[in-house]
Amino acid sequence: MNTVIFRTIAPLIVGTMLVFSVYICLRGHNEPGGGFIGGLIAASAIAVLGMSSGRDAARRALRFDPIAIAAAGVLLAASSGLLSLFTGSAFMTSIWLYLELGETTVPLSTPMFFDIGVYLVVLGAISAIGLGLETDDGEGL
Amino acid sequence: MEPGLDASIALVAIGPFMAALLAPLVQRLTRPFGGWVLALVPAAAFLVLLSLVEPVLANGFVAARLAWAPSYGLDLSFFVDGLSLTFALTISGIGTLIVIYSGAYLKGHTHLGRFLAFLLAFMGSMLGLVLADSMLVLFIFWELTAVASFLLIGFDHTRQAARRGAIQALVITNIGGMALLVGVVVLRQIGGAWELSALRELGDGVRGHGLYGLALACILLASFTKSAQMPFHFWLPNAMEAPTPVSAFLHSATMVQAGVYLLARMTPVLGGTDIWSTILVCFGSATLLWGALAALRQTDLKQMLAQTTIASLGLLVLLIGLGSEAAIAGMVVYFVAHALYKAGLFMVVGALDHETGTRDITALGGMADHMPVTFIAAALASLAMIGLPPTLGFFAKEEMLLGAFGPQWLQGLALVVLIVGNALLAVVAALIAIKPFLGATSQTPKSPHEAPIAMLIGPVLLGAAGIVGALVLDWFGHTVLEPTASAILASPVESHLAWSINFASPILWLSVLVWALALAMYGQADRIRTLLNRAHRAVGWTADHVFDAAMFGLIRFSAWITRLLHHGRLELYLVVVFAMFALALLVPMVAMNGFAAIVQQGWPELRVHEWGVLLLAVGGLGAVLLARSRLVAILSLGVQGAAVALVFLLFGAPDLAFTQFMVEILSVIILTLVMTRLRLDERDPRPLEDWVRDGLLALVCGGAVSLVLIAVLSGTLDTSLSDFFAATSVPIAHGANIVNVILVDYRGFDTLGEISVVMAAGMAVVALLRTRRRKNVPVTSGEGEP
Repeated sequence: MNTVIFRTIAPLIVGTMLVFSVYICLRGHNEPGGGFIGGLIAASAIAVLGMSSGRDAARRALRFDPIAIAAAGVLLAASSGLLSLFTGSAFMTSIWLYLELGETTVPLSTPMFFDIGVYLVVLGAISAIGLGLETDDGEGL
Repeated sequence: MEPGLDASIALVAIGPFMAALLAPLVQRLTRPFGGWVLALVPAAAFLVLLSLVEPVLANGFVAARLAWAPSYGLDLSFFVDGLSLTFALTISGIGTLIVIYSGAYLKGHTHLGRFLAFLLAFMGSMLGLVLADSMLVLFIFWELTAVASFLLIGFDHTRQAARRGAIQALVITNIGGMALLVGVVVLRQIGGAWELSALRELGDGVRGHGLYGLALACILLASFTKSAQMPFHFWLPNAMEAPTPVSAFLHSATMVQAGVYLLARMTPVLGGTDIWSTILVCFGSATLLWGALAALRQTDLKQMLAQTTIASLGLLVLLIGLGSEAAIAGMVVYFVAHALYKAGLFMVVGALDHETGTRDITALGGMADHMPVTFIAAALASLAMIGLPPTLGFFAKEEMLLGAFGPQWLQGLALVVLIVGNALLAVVAALIAIKPFLGATSQTPKSPHEAPIAMLIGPVLLGAAGIVGALVLDWFGHTVLEPTASAILASPVESHLAWSINFASPILWLSVLVWALALAMYGQADRIRTLLNRAHRAVGWTADHVFDAAMFGLIRFSAWITRLLHHGRLELYLVVVFAMFALALLVPMVAMNGFAAIVQQGWPELRVHEWGVLLLAVGGLGAVLLARSRLVAILSLGVQGAAVALVFLLFGAPDLAFTQFMVEILSVIILTLVMTRLRLDERDPRPLEDWVRDGLLALVCGGAVSLVLIAVLSGTLDTSLSDFFAATSVPIAHGANIVNVILVDYRGFDTLGEISVVMAAGMAVVALLRTRRRKNVPVTSGEGEP
């Protein structure tokens, strides 16, 4: 696996995949996609990075512990549901906000934050497993 | 009802919890005065409750209700009558003093803030318990007291004894908690309402009901475990591992009194029957005598007090069991008197321990010179405990003796027990007040000095209250005794407490008999102690040992179950999982005659590339079976999965296809990574019987899935659900991708649960990898898909 070609191209692939994963995550509300798929793509990107540059590089690139990312995702998803309590509606009632930015309208909503939470959970959990397994070279986890 | 009353009653119970959240912060900001500042919370609750005295006196009760889950008919309903008010005032009043006391007792302790938080939370649960109207609310607060007391008893969690005491208290009181839940549900079935106020309107409706026995058994089990009645008494002395302020609070007016409160509360509903009186009087008597004797056996002041608490609880239960007007009046006065003197005495013992370094009664003497104020507090409390005038304790004893005066055998038994029990308690009280403070000054680990003001204010005020209460006897009888006893008996009760001394009354002479007995025994206290200790050693085992044996048995049993189910052989787990899967599919098919629904269909009309995809899937599967190395098998499985994803894509499920692709890719990567921990190209020779077993299982599972799918497709699909989503997705949820909208919006709560599972699975895998890394054992990955 560790060919020069793969190692050279891998960062490009990884970057593209990550951007694409965010795109897939955000467009999910209206077209095929969503947080779960986006998270899987991002996790695959991390796996590719791990294969090409090694586990430590992938871990450094993530900056945070993958489990912490997953936990942040759960927290984000849960707190996006809590927001509705301030409007007096039931837990997880969605709130929509249309921001007018010049000519375009940016719809913001609690389901979007919820989906980002899903994305982070999937990314974190799968990366944790993948990176955890990629350690057979005798290094500490 | 005044406006705003709803909120204020609920706040009495909920406010302490909110204060508990802030307590560590407040304590840090107001460091030396943390206890004083936080005591404002219970003090405020006390004042709010005082303001309710007048309406309760005028109307008999005050009710409040907050909607909680209206769709289930559940309300946070509160109900304040004389009984709740007396308990709540005692709890918040003593609580105020305890918080002040704790601030000084644990001064400089790293976790003082946490301690005060636990204390406030405990007080909140206790207040909620006595103010609750809905039995479910009562149950919730009941359980909260168990949790909060667990935290308080185990506060010093580095000590094994403290942890054990905490767990024991939790286990024993939670057995009762479960019983309470069952009892509450049964009562709801009988009476048709969750509200206690509604239940007691039923009169004999509950007592005559066929389920009366079950409800009674459950409520009694709950009360007896909480109030440490024999044979559940053993958790209470072990709970003494808690810091002394906790003991002073839990074992005077709160935790253990919850059971007494429940019995008193249930008297108009369940009480008055023969079985009720007999059980309560017998268990109460046994507990009273046992606790009083055990107290004499101890030399640790705190243990002595703990055992007398058991005795006092037995006494209260006995009086509730007698149930006559005088007995209930005695119970009310005794409850108040006991709460005042017991909290005071615990605080005195805490002060002694704190300032001298020991609380062994044989090692202390002559402390009155060094700690005069503490001595005065101890003397005041002991006077009440002995039942000497002019204290409330005296009137409590008069009333209870009057209540036990009667022709029935039960009353006779109660009278004897009360005389002996009171005499024994009086001996203990005298020992505690006299031995450490008078006589020759003894050497103590610390050089003794007076306790700080924060530790004196409590015992002195409580001791004084015991006397003031007796001095304003008419007021006490009218404002405390009458409404409380009326609430317990559900009929008006007249107070006849009076200061007049009638030498012709046999009650007075019985009192004198109690004192005489006590005096006689006081002289022989040391000999009695030796004798009791010898008897204790001769028996050799206690309920405490039984508890340990039961707990170890439980652990062994669960270990056995775990070994049985969790044998660690992966292939057997998989066989079980897939066999169950096949059964789950086939049994309903057979039972509901699903095969009849299958309609014969010809081969579907497929285009060439669609046939090609199917061929790819079958080819991948064949390659898995024929693969000579694991890597090839994994990749072939990936090919098959990709073909399935293509099928999804071609037949209109792009989201599913997308996900399937990613899952297949990641499965291949993760499986390969797992295999790199083994040898990747290892041949996988398997015995023939494994092949047959696994192959058969695979065929059955696959066949079952196919059959179910064909059966489903043969019928007409009910599309009302998908129609609903298609119609409402854009207008309601602002999204066109129905799959995603369902995931994040319609069924968002499910997804939240699922992603939590994904995270937990990730953590579990990482943890497994960390522990198994050295052993080089393969680990499979768990993946969740919403």
